[in-house]
Amino acid sequence: MSATEPTSAATPMPGIEDARIGVITFPGTLDDRDAARAIRLAGAEAVSLWHADASLQDVDAVVLPGGFSYGDYLRAGAISRFAPAMAAVVDAANGGMPVLGICNGFQVLTEAHLLPGSMVKNDHLHFVCREQSLIVENARTAWTNEFRRGQQIKIPLKNQDGQFVADERTLDELEGEGRVVFRYDGQNPNGSRRDIAGITNDRGNVVGLMPHPEHAVEAGFGPASAEGPRAGVDGLTFFTSVLSSLVHA
Amino acid sequence: MGRVVVEVMPKPEILDPQGKAVVGALPRLGFTQFSGVRQGKRFELEVDGEVTPEILAAAQEAAATLLSNPVIEDVVSVTEATEDADVAGEASGTPVNA
Repeated sequence: MSATEPTSAATPMPGIEDARIGVITFPGTLDDRDAARAIRLAGAEAVSLWHADASLQDVDAVVLPGGFSYGDYLRAGAISRFAPAMAAVVDAANGGMPVLGICNGFQVLTEAHLLPGSMVKNDHLHFVCREQSLIVENARTAWTNEFRRGQQIKIPLKNQDGQFVADERTLDELEGEGRVVFRYDGQNPNGSRRDIAGITNDRGNVVGLMPHPEHAVEAGFGPASAEGPRAGVDGLTFFTSVLSSLVHA
Repeated sequence: MGRVVVEVMPKPEILDPQGKAVVGALPRLGFTQFSGVRQGKRFELEVDGEVTPEILAAAQEAAATLLSNPVIEDVVSVTEATEDADVAGEASGTPVNA
Protein backbone atom coordinates (compact mmCIF):
# COMPACT_ATOMS: atom_id res chain seq x y z
CA MET A 1 0.00 0.00 0.00
CA SER A 2 2.95 2.31 -0.51
CA ALA A 3 1.94 5.44 -2.35
CA THR A 4 5.43 6.85 -2.14
CA GLU A 5 7.17 4.03 -3.93
CA PRO A 6 5.40 3.60 -7.24
CA THR A 7 6.11 0.40 -9.12
CA SER A 8 7.91 0.67 -12.40
CA ALA A 9 5.84 1.82 -15.35
CA ALA A 10 7.73 -0.82 -17.32
CA THR A 11 5.56 -3.67 -16.08
CA PRO A 12 3.12 -4.01 -18.97
CA MET A 13 1.46 -7.24 -17.80
CA PRO A 14 0.90 -7.10 -14.08
CA GLY A 15 -0.69 -10.05 -12.36
CA ILE A 16 -3.97 -9.24 -10.69
CA GLU A 17 -2.31 -9.05 -7.30
CA ASP A 18 0.16 -6.50 -8.66
CA ALA A 19 -2.42 -4.28 -10.35
CA ARG A 20 -2.65 -0.79 -8.90
CA ILE A 21 -5.79 1.23 -9.52
CA GLY A 22 -5.91 4.89 -8.61
CA VAL A 23 -8.92 6.69 -7.15
CA ILE A 24 -8.86 10.47 -7.48
CA THR A 25 -10.25 12.60 -4.67
CA PHE A 26 -11.46 16.10 -5.55
CA PRO A 27 -12.78 18.62 -3.01
CA GLY A 28 -16.36 17.40 -2.53
CA THR A 29 -15.83 13.82 -3.68
CA LEU A 30 -17.95 11.40 -1.61
CA ASP A 31 -17.43 7.88 -2.88
CA ASP A 32 -13.65 7.59 -3.10
CA ARG A 33 -13.41 5.22 -0.14
CA ASP A 34 -16.15 2.98 -1.49
CA ALA A 35 -14.39 2.87 -4.86
CA ALA A 36 -11.07 1.98 -3.17
CA ARG A 37 -12.82 -0.77 -1.19
CA ALA A 38 -14.36 -2.15 -4.39
CA ILE A 39 -10.90 -2.28 -5.99
CA ARG A 40 -9.48 -4.16 -2.99
CA LEU A 41 -12.40 -6.60 -2.96
CA ALA A 42 -11.69 -7.30 -6.63
CA GLY A 43 -8.14 -8.23 -5.66
CA ALA A 44 -6.07 -5.21 -6.66
CA GLU A 45 -4.29 -2.48 -4.78
CA ALA A 46 -6.17 0.83 -4.46
CA VAL A 47 -4.00 3.95 -4.70
CA SER A 48 -5.34 7.25 -3.37
CA LEU A 49 -4.68 10.13 -5.75
CA TRP A 50 -5.21 13.82 -4.98
CA HIS A 51 -6.69 16.20 -7.55
CA ALA A 52 -3.96 18.81 -7.09
CA ASP A 53 -1.19 16.28 -7.74
CA ALA A 54 -0.17 16.02 -11.40
CA SER A 55 1.29 12.53 -10.88
CA LEU A 56 -0.83 9.40 -11.26
CA GLN A 57 1.91 7.42 -9.42
CA ASP A 58 2.23 4.88 -12.23
CA VAL A 59 -1.16 3.31 -11.60
CA ASP A 60 -2.55 0.84 -14.16
CA ALA A 61 -6.07 2.31 -14.23
CA VAL A 62 -7.97 5.22 -12.71
CA VAL A 63 -11.43 5.63 -11.16
CA LEU A 64 -13.07 9.05 -10.94
CA PRO A 65 -15.56 8.52 -8.11
CA GLY A 66 -18.94 10.07 -7.41
CA GLY A 67 -19.83 13.01 -5.23
CA PHE A 68 -20.25 16.73 -5.68
CA SER A 69 -16.79 18.02 -6.58
CA TYR A 70 -16.62 21.78 -6.03
CA GLY A 71 -20.25 21.61 -4.92
CA ASP A 72 -21.32 21.18 -8.57
CA TYR A 73 -20.65 24.94 -8.86
CA LEU A 74 -20.74 26.30 -12.40
CA ARG A 75 -21.67 22.88 -13.83
CA ALA A 76 -21.20 19.40 -12.39
CA GLY A 77 -17.56 18.42 -13.04
CA ALA A 78 -16.69 21.71 -14.76
CA ILE A 79 -14.06 22.91 -12.29
CA SER A 80 -12.59 19.48 -11.48
CA ARG A 81 -11.89 19.00 -15.17
CA PHE A 82 -9.07 21.56 -14.88
CA ALA A 83 -7.38 19.91 -11.86
CA PRO A 84 -3.71 18.97 -12.40
CA ALA A 85 -4.56 15.28 -11.98
CA MET A 86 -7.05 15.52 -14.84
CA ALA A 87 -4.40 16.65 -17.31
CA ALA A 88 -2.54 13.43 -16.45
CA VAL A 89 -5.76 11.39 -16.76
CA VAL A 90 -6.49 12.83 -20.22
CA ASP A 91 -2.96 11.94 -21.39
CA ALA A 92 -3.14 8.45 -19.89
CA ALA A 93 -6.63 7.82 -21.30
CA ASN A 94 -5.50 8.86 -24.77
CA GLY A 95 -2.65 6.39 -24.33
CA GLY A 96 -5.10 3.58 -23.60
CA MET A 97 -5.18 3.45 -19.80
CA PRO A 98 -8.54 2.23 -18.45
CA VAL A 99 -10.50 5.09 -16.86
CA LEU A 100 -13.90 4.70 -15.16
CA GLY A 101 -16.02 7.74 -14.29
CA ILE A 102 -18.88 7.08 -11.89
CA CYS A 103 -21.66 9.68 -11.51
CA ASN A 104 -19.76 12.92 -10.81
CA GLY A 105 -16.74 11.19 -12.35
CA PHE A 106 -18.78 10.65 -15.55
CA GLN A 107 -19.64 14.35 -15.50
CA VAL A 108 -15.93 15.20 -15.16
CA LEU A 109 -15.12 12.93 -18.14
CA THR A 110 -17.65 14.72 -20.36
CA GLU A 111 -16.38 18.14 -19.27
CA ALA A 112 -12.84 16.93 -20.07
CA HIS A 113 -14.06 15.83 -23.54
CA LEU A 114 -12.92 12.25 -22.96
CA LEU A 115 -16.56 11.25 -23.51
CA PRO A 116 -19.20 13.09 -25.57
CA GLY A 117 -22.43 14.65 -24.36
CA SER A 118 -23.20 16.18 -21.00
CA MET A 119 -25.45 15.83 -17.97
CA VAL A 120 -28.20 18.27 -16.99
CA LYS A 121 -30.69 18.21 -14.12
CA ASN A 122 -33.03 15.23 -13.90
CA ASP A 123 -36.15 15.98 -15.97
CA HIS A 124 -38.38 15.63 -12.89
CA LEU A 125 -36.08 17.98 -10.89
CA HIS A 126 -35.77 15.63 -7.92
CA PHE A 127 -32.74 13.94 -6.47
CA VAL A 128 -33.13 10.25 -7.19
CA CYS A 129 -31.81 7.36 -5.09
CA ARG A 130 -32.85 3.85 -6.04
CA GLU A 131 -31.72 0.38 -6.97
CA GLN A 132 -31.53 0.62 -10.74
CA SER A 133 -31.76 -2.16 -13.32
CA LEU A 134 -29.48 -1.73 -16.33
CA ILE A 135 -28.97 -3.64 -19.55
CA VAL A 136 -25.35 -4.21 -20.56
CA GLU A 137 -25.14 -3.14 -24.21
CA ASN A 138 -21.37 -3.44 -24.69
CA ALA A 139 -19.43 -6.21 -22.94
CA ARG A 140 -16.16 -5.48 -24.74
CA THR A 141 -14.91 -2.44 -22.81
CA ALA A 142 -12.07 -2.51 -20.29
CA TRP A 143 -14.65 -2.23 -17.51
CA THR A 144 -17.41 -4.57 -18.76
CA ASN A 145 -15.65 -7.54 -20.40
CA GLU A 146 -16.80 -10.00 -17.73
CA PHE A 147 -20.46 -9.18 -18.34
CA ARG A 148 -22.30 -10.56 -21.36
CA ARG A 149 -24.17 -8.43 -23.85
CA GLY A 150 -27.85 -8.12 -22.96
CA GLN A 151 -27.23 -9.02 -19.31
CA GLN A 152 -29.47 -7.32 -16.78
CA ILE A 153 -27.67 -5.98 -13.71
CA LYS A 154 -28.78 -3.98 -10.70
CA ILE A 155 -26.69 -1.28 -8.97
CA PRO A 156 -27.61 1.87 -7.02
CA LEU A 157 -28.38 5.16 -8.79
CA LYS A 158 -28.25 8.45 -6.86
CA ASN A 159 -27.98 11.86 -8.46
CA GLN A 160 -29.45 15.27 -9.17
CA ASP A 161 -27.85 16.06 -12.54
CA GLY A 162 -28.21 12.67 -14.20
CA GLN A 163 -29.99 13.44 -17.45
CA PHE A 164 -27.60 12.48 -20.27
CA VAL A 165 -27.95 14.79 -23.26
CA ALA A 166 -26.18 15.05 -26.60
CA ASP A 167 -27.23 16.20 -30.07
CA GLU A 168 -28.90 13.69 -32.38
CA ARG A 169 -25.80 13.23 -34.54
CA THR A 170 -23.68 12.34 -31.48
CA LEU A 171 -26.38 9.96 -30.21
CA ASP A 172 -26.55 8.26 -33.63
CA GLU A 173 -22.75 7.92 -33.63
CA LEU A 174 -22.73 6.41 -30.14
CA GLU A 175 -25.40 3.89 -31.16
CA GLY A 176 -23.82 3.12 -34.55
CA GLU A 177 -20.39 2.50 -33.07
CA GLY A 178 -21.68 0.38 -30.20
CA ARG A 179 -20.51 2.91 -27.65
CA VAL A 180 -23.65 2.85 -25.52
CA VAL A 181 -22.45 0.60 -22.69
CA PHE A 182 -25.49 0.63 -20.38
CA ARG A 183 -29.14 1.49 -20.87
CA TYR A 184 -31.71 2.03 -18.11
CA ASP A 185 -34.02 -0.97 -17.87
CA GLY A 186 -37.70 -0.25 -17.30
CA GLN A 187 -38.59 3.31 -16.39
CA ASN A 188 -36.09 5.98 -17.45
CA PRO A 189 -35.16 7.56 -14.06
CA ASN A 190 -33.97 10.99 -15.24
CA GLY A 191 -34.96 11.70 -18.86
CA SER A 192 -31.61 10.61 -20.34
CA ARG A 193 -31.67 10.56 -24.14
CA ARG A 194 -32.40 7.08 -25.50
CA ASP A 195 -32.30 5.66 -21.95
CA ILE A 196 -28.51 5.92 -21.95
CA ALA A 197 -26.93 5.23 -18.53
CA GLY A 198 -23.30 4.83 -19.61
CA ILE A 199 -21.04 5.23 -22.65
CA THR A 200 -17.48 4.54 -23.77
CA ASN A 201 -14.89 6.09 -26.08
CA ASP A 202 -13.97 4.53 -29.42
CA ARG A 203 -11.13 2.49 -27.85
CA GLY A 204 -13.30 1.12 -25.07
CA ASN A 205 -10.83 2.06 -22.33
CA VAL A 206 -12.78 5.06 -20.99
CA VAL A 207 -16.23 4.32 -19.55
CA GLY A 208 -18.60 6.70 -17.78
CA LEU A 209 -21.93 5.92 -16.16
CA MET A 210 -24.31 7.58 -13.73
CA PRO A 211 -25.19 4.56 -11.51
CA HIS A 212 -22.74 3.37 -8.83
CA PRO A 213 -21.07 -0.04 -9.25
CA GLU A 214 -18.85 0.56 -6.20
CA HIS A 215 -21.92 0.35 -3.94
CA ALA A 216 -22.76 -3.18 -5.10
CA VAL A 217 -19.61 -5.18 -4.42
CA GLU A 218 -20.21 -7.01 -1.17
CA ALA A 219 -23.06 -9.26 -0.07
CA GLY A 220 -24.95 -7.66 2.81
CA PHE A 221 -24.38 -4.12 1.56
CA GLY A 222 -25.66 -4.15 -2.03
CA PRO A 223 -29.04 -3.97 -3.77
CA ALA A 224 -31.63 -6.72 -3.55
CA SER A 225 -30.93 -9.69 -5.76
CA ALA A 226 -32.23 -13.21 -6.41
CA GLU A 227 -30.00 -14.33 -3.52
CA GLY A 228 -31.81 -12.08 -1.09
CA PRO A 229 -32.04 -8.54 0.25
CA ARG A 230 -28.82 -6.49 -0.09
CA ALA A 231 -27.11 -9.48 -1.67
CA GLY A 232 -26.41 -7.90 -5.07
CA VAL A 233 -22.75 -7.71 -6.12
CA ASP A 234 -23.13 -6.87 -9.82
CA GLY A 235 -20.85 -3.87 -9.37
CA LEU A 236 -17.86 -6.05 -8.54
CA THR A 237 -17.72 -7.23 -12.17
CA PHE A 238 -16.64 -3.73 -13.29
CA PHE A 239 -13.51 -4.04 -11.19
CA THR A 240 -12.75 -7.68 -12.00
CA SER A 241 -13.26 -6.81 -15.68
CA VAL A 242 -10.59 -4.14 -15.61
CA LEU A 243 -8.18 -6.46 -13.83
CA SER A 244 -8.84 -9.04 -16.52
CA SER A 245 -8.20 -6.47 -19.25
CA LEU A 246 -4.94 -5.43 -17.55
CA VAL A 247 -3.72 -9.00 -17.24
CA HIS A 248 -4.56 -9.77 -20.87
CA ALA A 249 -3.36 -6.42 -22.22
CA MET B 1 -11.75 49.18 -12.37
CA GLY B 2 -13.48 47.52 -15.30
CA ARG B 3 -15.96 44.73 -15.60
CA VAL B 4 -16.89 42.29 -18.32
CA VAL B 5 -20.32 40.71 -18.26
CA VAL B 6 -20.72 37.22 -19.72
CA GLU B 7 -24.18 35.75 -20.24
CA VAL B 8 -24.74 32.05 -20.82
CA MET B 9 -28.04 30.34 -21.66
CA PRO B 10 -29.04 26.71 -22.05
CA LYS B 11 -29.27 25.75 -25.73
CA PRO B 12 -32.81 26.09 -27.12
CA GLU B 13 -33.05 22.36 -27.87
CA ILE B 14 -32.01 21.35 -24.32
CA LEU B 15 -34.89 21.05 -21.91
CA ASP B 16 -34.27 23.53 -19.10
CA PRO B 17 -35.67 21.83 -15.99
CA GLN B 18 -35.02 24.86 -13.77
CA GLY B 19 -36.88 27.20 -16.12
CA LYS B 20 -39.69 24.67 -16.22
CA ALA B 21 -39.93 24.71 -12.42
CA VAL B 22 -40.01 28.51 -12.37
CA VAL B 23 -42.73 28.77 -15.02
CA GLY B 24 -44.75 26.28 -13.00
CA ALA B 25 -44.49 28.47 -9.89
CA LEU B 26 -45.39 31.81 -11.50
CA PRO B 27 -49.17 31.20 -11.82
CA ARG B 28 -49.34 30.36 -8.11
CA LEU B 29 -48.43 34.01 -7.45
CA GLY B 30 -50.92 35.26 -10.01
CA PHE B 31 -48.44 35.74 -12.83
CA THR B 32 -50.42 34.04 -15.57
CA GLN B 33 -48.95 36.10 -18.41
CA PHE B 34 -45.77 34.04 -18.86
CA SER B 35 -45.91 30.88 -20.92
CA GLY B 36 -42.23 29.95 -20.66
CA VAL B 37 -39.08 30.62 -18.63
CA ARG B 38 -35.50 29.74 -19.43
CA GLN B 39 -32.88 30.21 -16.76
CA GLY B 40 -29.31 31.14 -17.64
CA LYS B 41 -26.19 32.46 -15.95
CA ARG B 42 -24.58 35.88 -15.73
CA PHE B 43 -20.90 36.27 -14.81
CA GLU B 44 -19.22 39.56 -13.90
CA LEU B 45 -15.47 39.43 -14.47
CA GLU B 46 -13.53 42.20 -12.74
CA VAL B 47 -10.22 43.64 -13.95
CA ASP B 48 -8.00 46.14 -12.18
CA GLY B 49 -7.57 48.43 -15.15
CA GLU B 50 -9.47 49.30 -18.31
CA VAL B 51 -11.35 46.71 -20.33
CA THR B 52 -9.14 46.54 -23.40
CA PRO B 53 -9.88 44.56 -26.58
CA GLU B 54 -7.36 41.99 -25.28
CA ILE B 55 -9.28 41.67 -22.01
CA LEU B 56 -12.52 41.20 -23.94
CA ALA B 57 -10.87 38.55 -26.11
CA ALA B 58 -9.64 36.74 -23.00
CA ALA B 59 -13.14 36.92 -21.52
CA GLN B 60 -14.54 35.43 -24.70
CA GLU B 61 -12.07 32.56 -24.48
CA ALA B 62 -12.88 32.00 -20.80
CA ALA B 63 -16.58 32.05 -21.67
CA ALA B 64 -16.10 29.38 -24.33
CA THR B 65 -13.83 27.09 -22.29
CA LEU B 66 -14.83 27.31 -18.62
CA LEU B 67 -17.93 29.46 -18.17
CA SER B 68 -20.02 27.50 -20.67
CA ASN B 69 -20.22 23.94 -21.96
CA PRO B 70 -20.94 24.12 -25.72
CA VAL B 71 -22.77 20.78 -25.58
CA ILE B 72 -25.58 22.22 -23.50
CA GLU B 73 -25.09 26.00 -23.43
CA ASP B 74 -24.59 29.05 -25.67
CA VAL B 75 -22.57 32.15 -24.77
CA VAL B 76 -25.10 34.84 -25.71
CA SER B 77 -23.01 37.92 -24.90
CA VAL B 78 -19.59 39.08 -23.70
CA THR B 79 -19.70 42.84 -23.10
CA GLU B 80 -18.00 45.55 -21.10
CA ALA B 81 -20.13 46.80 -18.22
CA THR B 82 -20.35 50.57 -18.08
CA GLU B 83 -19.67 52.30 -14.75
CA ASP B 84 -23.15 53.59 -14.04
CA ALA B 85 -25.33 50.83 -15.36
CA ASP B 86 -25.68 47.16 -16.08
CA VAL B 87 -23.89 45.87 -13.00
CA ALA B 88 -26.03 43.97 -10.57
CA GLY B 89 -25.64 44.80 -6.90
CA GLU B 90 -24.51 48.39 -7.36
CA ALA B 91 -27.09 50.90 -6.19
CA SER B 92 -26.45 53.27 -9.05
CA GLY B 93 -29.79 52.97 -10.79
CA THR B 94 -33.27 53.73 -9.54
CA PRO B 95 -35.03 50.62 -8.28
CA VAL B 96 -38.03 49.83 -10.44
CA ASN B 97 -40.43 49.65 -7.53
CA ALA B 98 -39.21 52.75 -5.65
